[in-house]
Amino acid sequence: MKAKEIAKLLKAVPITYTLWDEYAQEREFTKAFATDLMSDVLAMCQDDFDITVLITGLAADQTFRTLEMLDMTFAILVRGKYPPDEFIQMAVDMDIVLLGTDYSMYEACGILYANGLGGAI
Amino acid sequence: MEVVFHQDYVVERDDYASAGRVSSDIKRTLKKIGFSPKVMRRIAVASYESEINMLIHAWGGDITMDIFDDGTVKLVFKDPGPGIEDIEKALTPGWSTASEKARAMGFGAGMGLPNILRVSDEFDIQSGKDGTTLTLSFRSDV
Repeated sequence: MKAKEIAKLLKAVPITYTLWDEYAQEREFTKAFATDLMSDVLAMCQDDFDITVLITGLAADQTFRTLEMLDMTFAILVRGKYPPDEFIQMAVDMDIVLLGTDYSMYEACGILYANGLGGAI
Repeated sequence: MEVVFHQDYVVERDDYASAGRVSSDIKRTLKKIGFSPKVMRRIAVASYESEINMLIHAWGGDITMDIFDDGTVKLVFKDPGPGIEDIEKALTPGWSTASEKARAMGFGAGMGLPNILRVSDEFDIQSGKDGTTLTLSFRSDV
C-alpha cells in the first residue's frame, strides 16, 4: 500500500511535512506494527523493516530512536497526538516520515488491516 | 584477534534527554565502516536496549566498543549499581521492574534483556551490589 493511500484511509496529516514529498507519498509499505512499547518494536524478527509502518501513541523521542535503530522510516501517531518541536526535528534529521491521525490505535489498525495492510512479526 | 577500532562512551546518570545517543553514534560508526544492515540492526538493538537499561535501572555507566580484525564487534556495558536482584527473572520475557518514568519513555515491556540475548552471538552478564557488567559479542561478515 502506498504511503499516500495509508494517509488517505486514516485522514492523516504530515507532521514532518518537509519530508512528505512526492517520493515519500509514493513509497510502498506492506506491513504494520502497532504498540506504545518500544521494546516490542525492537523484538520484531524480520529483515524488511523498510516496508513496515509503525502505528503508535508514543509522541516521544524514543519512538524515533527506536525507528532509527531498525532502519524504519515511516510512523503514524494516533489520537491527535503531536510531539514537541525538538522531537519533530529529530525525526526530520533521521529522515523519518511522521503522520498524525485523530483515529485511536484500535481504529487505525482496523482500517489499515481491513484494507489489506498485514501485520509485521 | 587484534582490535582495529576502540571507542569509549559515557552514559550520565538520569540524563534521559540523551537516551539512545550512544547507540545512534555506534550505529553511525558501524555504517561508516561498512557493516551490513542486518548486522548493524542486531548490534543497534542490543546497544540501545542496554543503554536504556543503564538509565532506567542503573546510575548510568560506561560503554566500550571494540571491533576486531575478523569483523567481530564486542560491546561492554558497565554500570555502578544497584545491580539486578534476580537475573533469571530479568531474562524472562514480560518481566519488568521499570518505573513510571521508564514507561513514559516507551520502555518497561519486559523485553529488554530477552531482546539483547536474542540478537547477540555471545552474552554474559555479571551483577552484584557494586553494579552490572554486560558483555556482548557479534560476528559479522565485514
